[in-house]
Amino acid sequence: MLAHKLAMASDLVTADMVEASEFPELANRYQVYGVPRTVINEVIHIEGAVPEDDLIQELMTVMDEKQMETLRKQWDE
Amino acid sequence: MPLLNENIEKQIRQVFEGLERTVKLVVFTQNGSGDLGAECEMCDDTRQLIEEVATLSSKISVEVLDISNDAPAAERYRVDKVPAVVVLGGEDQKDWGIRLYGIPSGFEFRSLIEDLLLAGTRKPDLKPETLRALSRLKKPVHIQVYVTPT
Repeated sequence: MLAHKLAMASDLVTADMVEASEFPELANRYQVYGVPRTVINEVIHIEGAVPEDDLIQELMTVMDEKQMETLRKQWDE
Repeated sequence: MPLLNENIEKQIRQVFEGLERTVKLVVFTQNGSGDLGAECEMCDDTRQLIEEVATLSSKISVEVLDISNDAPAAERYRVDKVPAVVVLGGEDQKDWGIRLYGIPSGFEFRSLIEDLLLAGTRKPDLKPETLRALSRLKKPVHIQVYVTPT
């Protein structure tokens, strides 16, 4: 799994694969429906399969504190 | 009753011949309702599946722990739900932060085997641009990939 490869390549990255049907409360919380959903630091959400270039771009959003603050506010609503 | 059929076992055994170093799988399960107050339906099957996979290479070892009874270990590995599989690589059992929550069956089973190969061989095959971006990372990143049953 791509996320696991990223975890291997960086000490700062950890990655979980989560079987949604076994953790319905979490699936509900992150609005997981028929397709995979990638959640990065709680507030960055990507639906469907994510190619490497897109995943790394989304991942690097964590370095943008302003953007993260906006996302956190949206998530709290 | 074994979970993996002979054919699959044969294929995986062959794939595992590519392992260059040891890999350890730590499986967290839960006996009874434990502290989490609910039965872990897939815990036993997960444990069995991982144990079967481990028999397919002398380079793979398994340790089975209980999330409640082995709370210090669960905390050390930051495991908060079960069933959980932690993948550790090499002689020093390096923890890259790779976790699998829930039984890795169906499509996810392939991910598990790939993870084992990843942990047991060389560096992950990521693009140079990706590695460059990662080197610029200064904050912790926690990725969760929620997969749906196939």
